[in-house]
Amino acid sequence: MSTKASTTASPYAPPAGPSDDARATSLVGRGNKEGNRLFRSWFSELTTAQERGEKAAYVFVMGSMAELLRVFDFHTIFPEVNGLQTAVRHVADDYIAKAEDYGFSTDVCGYVKADIGLQFRGGEHPMGTIPPPALSVYTNACNTYIKWAEIWERLYGVPIFTLDIPGTRRSGGQTWPGSADFANDLRYVRGQIDELIGVCETVSGKRFDIDKLREIMGYANRMSVAWKRLIELNKSTPAVYNAVTDGTVYLGMANGFRGREEGARYFEDLVEELEYKAAHGIGSPFEEKYRLVFVGVPCYPIFRRFGEMFSEWGGTFVGSTYLWFASGGANMGFEYDLDRPLDSLAEGVLVTVRDAMDAMFYSNTLLADMIEPFDIDGVVYHPIKSCRTVSTGLADSRRALMEQTDVATLFIESDHMDKRVVSEAQLKNRIDAFFEGLATRRQHRAAQVVRQGREG
Amino acid sequence: MTAVTAVTGTRVLEPYESLSLSEVLSRCRDLVEDPDFPTVARWRRDGGKVIGHFEVYFPEEIAHAAGALPFKVRGAPVEARQGESHFGSYLCSILKTSLELVLSNRVELDMFVSHPICDSARNLAAIWGRNVEYPCEILYLPQNANSGHAAAYLRGEYGRLARQIEAVTGHAITDDDLRASLAVFNENRRLLRELYEIKRATPWQLAVDEAYVLMAVGGMIPREEHNALLAWALPKIRERAGVPQDRMRLVFEGGFCEQPPLDLLSTIAKFSYVVDDDLLIGLRWITEDVPIGDDPLADLAVSYLERSSYSPVQHDLRKPKEKMLVERIRNAGAGAAIITAAKMCEPGLDEVVAYVKALDEEGIPYFVSEFEERMTNFDNLQVQLETFIENLLFA
Repeated sequence: MSTKASTTASPYAPPAGPSDDARATSLVGRGNKEGNRLFRSWFSELTTAQERGEKAAYVFVMGSMAELLRVFDFHTIFPEVNGLQTAVRHVADDYIAKAEDYGFSTDVCGYVKADIGLQFRGGEHPMGTIPPPALSVYTNACNTYIKWAEIWERLYGVPIFTLDIPGTRRSGGQTWPGSADFANDLRYVRGQIDELIGVCETVSGKRFDIDKLREIMGYANRMSVAWKRLIELNKSTPAVYNAVTDGTVYLGMANGFRGREEGARYFEDLVEELEYKAAHGIGSPFEEKYRLVFVGVPCYPIFRRFGEMFSEWGGTFVGSTYLWFASGGANMGFEYDLDRPLDSLAEGVLVTVRDAMDAMFYSNTLLADMIEPFDIDGVVYHPIKSCRTVSTGLADSRRALMEQTDVATLFIESDHMDKRVVSEAQLKNRIDAFFEGLATRRQHRAAQVVRQGREG
Repeated sequence: MTAVTAVTGTRVLEPYESLSLSEVLSRCRDLVEDPDFPTVARWRRDGGKVIGHFEVYFPEEIAHAAGALPFKVRGAPVEARQGESHFGSYLCSILKTSLELVLSNRVELDMFVSHPICDSARNLAAIWGRNVEYPCEILYLPQNANSGHAAAYLRGEYGRLARQIEAVTGHAITDDDLRASLAVFNENRRLLRELYEIKRATPWQLAVDEAYVLMAVGGMIPREEHNALLAWALPKIRERAGVPQDRMRLVFEGGFCEQPPLDLLSTIAKFSYVVDDDLLIGLRWITEDVPIGDDPLADLAVSYLERSSYSPVQHDLRKPKEKMLVERIRNAGAGAAIITAAKMCEPGLDEVVAYVKALDEEGIPYFVSEFEERMTNFDNLQVQLETFIENLLFA
């Protein structure tokens, strides 16, 4: 286990003392264990939902609207999460093949095809049974969300609702309250939320309850505050979690348990654990030599091996754009104003989903701002065939970052679902060369410091 | 000559009035295939501003009202030597060749606007903005066309766009400017409807590639000049001799964004009549006259939602794409369809599945294919298409 003096002073960390060993045993690793337990319990709930006559809403990670859907007791189903689970568990090929047999091209998003395969298998999933949708609610943060929902509309004849969130119009051009353009966007989002409430009432047969919404938003607020802190905590050296491997567990929890008390409590506990690790210089189970940022979506078909290709060299992902956009912009730490829940929900959804989109389209400026505070040695770009939303701009964004900073970068392509597009040997060659380059850079810098010392 | 066809400012087309129809069609073809876009260069050389807008739909009237040339950015049949290095793999060609046009200085713009039509294109404004000096931005056309708030939102968004264009052109857009532009574009829409009516009614007078170049040239010249060209050409097309041949009447679907090579359309035209299509549907998105009232931006916004065609990149519960396609086929009296998608085009490829299922249910024969704007070999496609059509004709 990597242990060094932390560079991040935590106001919450207890002083080191004789009880530390016991405390470390109970705290360190709790987040992952508890995350896995809750995650399984979530899928168990989904498996038996239909028996209990409970309805499911199919949603997505960027703007799930869980806050509103929970008011009507809809289960939130994340086909992206279902999809990645099939890849991690090495069964995605079977699901994808079913969709391709139906007519979907090999060039269509693997998540979509895994889900279509799942629908054709009656919801059968390695972690349980996924109930069919009673409705689908999705934003435009990814255009494929819209095309995907159209497929469910055709398969099941269920209502589908596009919550249209206008994004940032140009780099650095975000608008905020007080601007007429922001007001125009906000009115549109607010109006759609009213319309969505009507759809939910019709589908669920339940009346909208604003106090219940307020309670759910309160849980979302607690999670949001914790998520922001979680991201900041990896400024610590060594990093207190791996933003790709551990981060994926956290993302599953952030989406699946958004607006639930268990979710709020989980993230508060997780922050407690990470604060403790930061205060005591506890990092990952291997020596941290290089601090990296990950840009894109992980390679789930070889998820463990993908992580090892970096960790074997002492590379730790201290940050990831995935933690920004796949959390729906929770990294902003936006807190709803519970005195005006619907207006605040509209504002929150607008600015957080917009932020999630910015994390994909304008990542170069956000990454440049991370280099120094997170002490970054390298940035790893991993565009994937399936997701053009995330991947289209990465080559250009990388060029821009390289002009802005002298940070080392790596650009590797594969897929998050489709093994046919994943070449482990090629990935390894590129990754090995990247780390060799990082080592050389470090030697050159050390030599330069020695030279300057002699000259000075 | 009326105000909507009178060419009063810079004229970018060489004089063509003394030429034959086929000579003019040939010139239009050259223009459409010319990756240097000489008409745009001519406009700019005379001091005009150019607002480049990516596929599919753009409210060109707003740029026109500011005295600028709205230029439809739709890629080009060029090798993307510089453009390629700004993109990863697994992406459609039009993204790369469009950027290539500006990086190689083939086209000079004063502003670039893209739309979140698909996952790839929504990245374009950011990518262009990192590589050029002029403003690059996204126009957020409403993706929830069924919201009762969409039209009001779009009115506001058009107002925002108008302010950006004013800043680029230095021309304050008045409501009267907008009304005049709406009239010009209404006339253009009317003429294009007439062009398509010829394709439907007497397709032997106008092949799909001929109609295409006449329409496509509109995206690179002032619209008054396009109106004048169409007004000159349409009577000549109607006067064309020709007798109907025993050819299959087809609908071509899949040309809403990246454009198939002209040679592909010519190949299809050799042995079929394409009686309707979605080629450059953005230029024909609004299907009726836009009413010209007190608030022209609102009129334009409402028309985008309420008087419009369909495409895989617009979701509207009132317009299920597969039903719209079947309607297009029926309305055009077509007996079959060519269903295509550009390579790596996610919305196009998704839609192919729905189209094929719907056509199966309706018993309408179809031919499925993919294309790329830079493809050059059509031999296999021709053989397959010929076989498909012969099977239908002699079934």
